[in-house]
Amino acid sequence: MEQVIELLSLSPPGWGGNLLRGLLHSLEIALGAFGFGLLIGLGGAIGKLYGGPVLRDILAVYTTVVRAVPELVLILILYYVGTDLINKAAGAMGYGRVEISGVAAGIWVLGIVQGAYATEILRGAIKAIPIGQIEAARAFGMPPLKMLRRVTIPAMMSFAIPGLANLWLIATKDTALLAVVGFNELTLETRQAAASTRAYFTFFLAAGALYLMVTLLSGRVFARIEKWARKGQPGHRRAGA
Amino acid sequence: MTEAIATDRNDPAAASAEEAIRVEDLHKSFGNLEVLKGVNMSAKKGDVVAIIGGSGSGKSTMLRCINFLETPTSGRIVIGGEEIAMRADGSPASRKQIERVRSRLGMVFQAFNLWTHRTLIENVTEVPVHVLGVPKAEAHDRAMALLERVGLAEKAATYPAFLSGGQQQRAAIARALAIDPSVMLFDEPTSALDPELVGEVLTVIRDLAAEGRTMLLVTHEMKFAREVSDHVIYLFEGRIEEQGPPEAVFGAPKSERLKQFLKSVA
Repeated sequence: MEQVIELLSLSPPGWGGNLLRGLLHSLEIALGAFGFGLLIGLGGAIGKLYGGPVLRDILAVYTTVVRAVPELVLILILYYVGTDLINKAAGAMGYGRVEISGVAAGIWVLGIVQGAYATEILRGAIKAIPIGQIEAARAFGMPPLKMLRRVTIPAMMSFAIPGLANLWLIATKDTALLAVVGFNELTLETRQAAASTRAYFTFFLAAGALYLMVTLLSGRVFARIEKWARKGQPGHRRAGA
Repeated sequence: MTEAIATDRNDPAAASAEEAIRVEDLHKSFGNLEVLKGVNMSAKKGDVVAIIGGSGSGKSTMLRCINFLETPTSGRIVIGGEEIAMRADGSPASRKQIERVRSRLGMVFQAFNLWTHRTLIENVTEVPVHVLGVPKAEAHDRAMALLERVGLAEKAATYPAFLSGGQQQRAAIARALAIDPSVMLFDEPTSALDPELVGEVLTVIRDLAAEGRTMLLVTHEMKFAREVSDHVIYLFEGRIEEQGPPEAVFGAPKSERLKQFLKSVA
């Protein structure tokens, strides 16, 4: 037991600090990717619902391909193709090799994956809004962007939150896939700690506990957000009883 | 009053001084189904026009074409002397114009259509504050006065889902009044209500009629239409079959179809 505590202690020779740093990186990327994905998702949902035929086709290809290809493969493609393209572009403009920050690359890669799912979640949520609410906004002369901000987004929230909560949890866990491109998030840090000390069980258990904590905390946060988003709606429990 | 159209047409200034709404040769098709087959009507300021007719007669569609919730297939819509510019497909040509015109038309829907994520007071202040740019405090005071007027002052902080249909519809009327509309458009305002809740909504509408509001009222409530309106339009299969003052339309209908219709709803 003492040995375990020593291994997990925050300062060297313990590896606890590395694990926490990895966790921080993971959360950083998860947050960034989730936010980036939400932006893509909102634009994608609106494009799919109200866009012209060309835009709708492009978005259909995007959501289909991203959701069809395994995330690990996508991450490898997007990461290597992405950095390659940037370097080619930099080379063409006369710059040397560009060092791409792991965090930025991670956010970009996972954000594109998240965006495809978010597009579908938000499209469904917007379609679930009773049409009369949108019609009322139109009937009173509300301009489209204001309608989006004042009516569509708040009214779709309660329909979108459960799906988005799922998506957030997936984001936190998908950060582990970035280990394959050498990004030192929680999983890679754990592997290094485990390999160096041969205490595989201890470290992977510790990492598992950290992921679980993130999930539990996220659950509480989303429960609050959902409660807020559902304001004005009678409770299901009461309605069902 | 409808005869006035012909004489006023050459003198837009005179028309706009008095005229609230004019609809000319309005057509509307849904696919192959022609719902409106050339409707002409007008209303002066202060008029209460009741639009009656069987289901599928096009009465709601006509009302919804006036603020372009439905896109007319062809025709002209003139509101307060201003013609709404239309593209060839009937959609409004200028977003700015249609938004400005809409923000002066107080629409009340059959299904209330209150914003469920906002309290009653927020529903009533929404358009004044966020579309018309009225200062918040001023809009709030006005909204409270309006809720008071429709008997819902104590419910100001309540969300619509927790209210009865009659209360929701009264709140929806307050929301429409909050923009100080030049014309109120009522689209079957009591059709979704339980019978015992109809009265409270009609009382509010009756008050508005009495104070000289310009209103277009699509309704199934014949007694009420007769009581409050200055002019009644009977639509049959997308055309105006008969129109006139309520005493004439209800008391001495000329058209066979109108007679049949009045018998069937009596």
